[in-house]
Amino acid sequence: MSENRTIRIIVTRQDRPDTAPYEEEFVIPYRPNMNIISVLMEIRRNPVNAKGEKTTPVAWEMNCLEEVCGACSMVINGKPRQSCTALVDQLEQPIRLEPMRTFPVIRDLQVDRSRMFDSLKKVKAWIPIDGTYDLGPGPRMPERKRQWAYELSKCMTCGVCLEACPNVNSKSNFIGPAPLSQVRLFNAHPTGAMHKAERLEAIMGDGGLANCGNSQNCVQSCPKGIPLTTSIAALNRAATIQMFRNFFGSDEV
Amino acid sequence: MAQNREFFYRRLHSLLGVIPVGLFLTQHLVVNHFATRGADAFNKAAAFMEQLPFRYFLEIFVIFLPLLFHAIYGLYIAFTAQNNVSRYGYFRNWMFMLQRLTGIITLIFVVWHVWETRVQAAFGVEVNYDMMANIVANPFMLAFYIVGIVSAVFHFANGLWSFFVSWGITVTPRSQQISTYVTMGIFVALSIVGIRAILAFV
Ligand code: HEM
Ligand code: SF4
Ligand code: FES
Repeated sequence: MSENRTIRIIVTRQDRPDTAPYEEEFVIPYRPNMNIISVLMEIRRNPVNAKGEKTTPVAWEMNCLEEVCGACSMVINGKPRQSCTALVDQLEQPIRLEPMRTFPVIRDLQVDRSRMFDSLKKVKAWIPIDGTYDLGPGPRMPERKRQWAYELSKCMTCGVCLEACPNVNSKSNFIGPAPLSQVRLFNAHPTGAMHKAERLEAIMGDGGLANCGNSQNCVQSCPKGIPLTTSIAALNRAATIQMFRNFFGSDEV
Repeated sequence: MAQNREFFYRRLHSLLGVIPVGLFLTQHLVVNHFATRGADAFNKAAAFMEQLPFRYFLEIFVIFLPLLFHAIYGLYIAFTAQNNVSRYGYFRNWMFMLQRLTGIITLIFVVWHVWETRVQAAFGVEVNYDMMANIVANPFMLAFYIVGIVSAVFHFANGLWSFFVSWGITVTPRSQQISTYVTMGIFVALSIVGIRAILAFV
């Protein structure tokens, strides 16, 4: 691979949200230790495709460059992942870059992940602490539980789990694994638990928890190793209990 | 469809898949297994089932309506999935795809099977050992029956696995793993019962 000293990349491009996608190939000089971001930067520096024609630079998103923001996610050689931590030396060539089509494509590799942020609002993935007066400090969280919850809090809303899920697509309104797992996180928090039922009601609505069909692709794909399917099963249990409470009545509100 | 009914329908679909449809499937295969003890034993077992009190009530509310709901809603679920095993060839993703595929095969099989047996019975034909023996005398029909039985049993056994997840019984990866072994054990065991039964008519 290193003898020819070049890198071949095939990018699935799309000029506008409503135009048809097409493939464009690029050959760029090899440098050691490149990631996909530096490959795309090289194309941006010299936007000439493999046929030697001048073209537009490829559009993509990035921010943290250390796999904590999720913005740079794209499908690389068939698998959705972050382009900042995808190293060229570990990838088979030609490297194929595609946008995560589960989301609306804005341009080239850039997608609109708004639906994930809308879902987080829908499931109330926050802890309300504002009042008309000082509410004082909340209950303490046991250290063991904090460590456990920290794992769930690593989600960066990257969208990889939605891309991998066969039940998240244009035919369904399933919100996907990430926002569900956030419900488990916020319901585990001692102050957050005060709004547990509200969050459960939200995911027991249309497009919610029940749409999971257990393909378990999400847990295999999450770059942060979040135990998504354990979260979903735990929420299924909580929802079962909530369902009985709602129907038969309970003083737990 | 009314708003926010999806959760209820999905849970109902899940429940009906096991109780009563899954239980009926198991019972049906076990009764058919009497055929391995000869035509008389089978005819006696079948006659006993036919003479159960409240037969029509049981048939409608324990078999027909639950199966109809599960099948129609199951078709809707199956066709809203966008299978992607070529990209994500993980074990559970294959099982997800097979769950949907065997659901569709089972539906085709069950419709045919009910037409050939129960509907004919309603027209006055007697359902007995000879009827089944005539059907599976045709090697193509025998193969069709074996595929139908194995796919229904797989669908039920793997469905049991996802039932335990859907209701929040198996939460940890470990319990889900053990559940895979147990439900696949059920798949093998019921497949043997079902195939032995159908081969007894050959
Ligand atoms: C012999 C008859 C059948 C039995 C015993 C049966 C049983 C089950 C069981 C136990 C489940 C698991 C429920 C859960 O995930 O919680 C299930 C799921 C399912 N069934 Fe059936 N079923 C039968 C027929 C059908 C038919 C005719 C279809 C139509 C295509 C179908 C489609 C489905 C689908 C798509 C699922 C997956 C649901 C999900 O994962 O969310 N089933 N079935
Ligand atoms: S759960 Fe994992 S894969 Fe899904 S959005 Fe969060 S970090 Fe990405
Ligand atoms: S740039 Fe933030 S995850 Fe890659």
